[in-house]
Amino acid sequence: MRQPQLMNHTANSLIASDRRPASTAAQPPLAHVWQLLDEVLDPEVPVVSVVELGIVRDLQWHEQQLQVTLTPTYSGCPATAFIEQEILQALHQAGIAYVQLHQQLAPAWTTDWISESGRNKLRDYGIAPPVGSASKRSLLGEEPVIACPQCGSEHTERVSEFGSTACKALYRCTDCLEPFDYFKCI
Amino acid sequence: MTTQHALTEYLLRLGDSDIILAQRLCEWVGNAPALEEEMALGNVALDLIGQARSWLEYAAELQGEGRSADDLSFRRNEREYRNLLITEQANGNYADTLARQYLFDAWHYYLLQALCDSKDARIAAIAAKALKEVTYHLRRSSAWIKRLGDGTDESHQNMQQAIDDIWTYSGEMLMADDIDNLLVEAGIAPDSAAIKAQWQAHVSATLKEATLDCPPMDSYMQQGGKQGLHTEQLGYLLAEMQFLPRAYPDAVW
Repeated sequence: MRQPQLMNHTANSLIASDRRPASTAAQPPLAHVWQLLDEVLDPEVPVVSVVELGIVRDLQWHEQQLQVTLTPTYSGCPATAFIEQEILQALHQAGIAYVQLHQQLAPAWTTDWISESGRNKLRDYGIAPPVGSASKRSLLGEEPVIACPQCGSEHTERVSEFGSTACKALYRCTDCLEPFDYFKCI
Repeated sequence: MTTQHALTEYLLRLGDSDIILAQRLCEWVGNAPALEEEMALGNVALDLIGQARSWLEYAAELQGEGRSADDLSFRRNEREYRNLLITEQANGNYADTLARQYLFDAWHYYLLQALCDSKDARIAAIAAKALKEVTYHLRRSSAWIKRLGDGTDESHQNMQQAIDDIWTYSGEMLMADDIDNLLVEAGIAPDSAAIKAQWQAHVSATLKEATLDCPPMDSYMQQGGKQGLHTEQLGYLLAEMQFLPRAYPDAVW
């Protein structure tokens, strides 16, 4: 897939879409834009939206330009550029063509920002949502009990600290014997 | 030497160490002893590549020559690389890879923790992000040191040998030169003496729990990577890593 200017950008860089509107078309209210982006799904976990994951940090109108502030989940997440494209595309399709994307690293993304609805959708999809909050203890110490997203059993074991993507670990249920992904708490 | 020049060098050291170690870890992909280990190494490498991009983008901006992080990674020769010598050492057997990883992770963890308080806001932001990832790296690699060290006679022997072999490359992380000192004074980088004490405490405790002998902390240590003087390992690594962008300079996705 061709990825235009989105690949090379810095922590403070701007990704601009220069289609300044010819007329002063009405700006959709921000609540509407939030709703719009809530339909853009994460490419790796296509049941939760980029809003539910906490990747979209802020939306602002600056004169006629929509300013979108995004934060990456992991430094090396390969989906970052793809997500930026999807967001631009969704906005363009809704007639919002004059957009600037900002990437903001601080404060660093945490799984605490995944919304309740996002957590439920993850579970329904077969991915155990992060348990507890991203305190230092949960990063360094023992993981809390991770319930199986298939049968709900708390008899599970970790197979691997790392899973199919940077954000997941691999677990197995010792009751229903199904392997499953766990969304790591960071 | 200006602070800006020192800062650029410092960022290259951070970014280059990340990308070179990531490249080494990627050599295991398709070749690791177990599927789970392969995923783990690939994920650790991915985190390091992402962190390298953040550091190198910043370095490239300070250089102001219109270069990108990719240009810095793929268009520089050995002597222009500023990575730590430990990161370029060959994978060896699995104990060698884990010994190298653990000694690096323990330093990386404490360094990033201190960099979160850097007066340079962009460094602090990148460090805070990276620290979350490196915490997992350290947790995993220290667990493996204990499992193999306190495992069978054979795994114990291999792990001890691996620690002894890589040890001479572990001191460079903890040494300061003029560039480090200038940035410490500016409040941008942490004092390496503090990191050294934390690193030594973590390493001696982990090796003890792993029933391994900790080599003397005052052993002779190899250095030079931070100044661009490398072991023979780096050239071969770069030859493989840089082949495609050098052979097809205009290739795009």
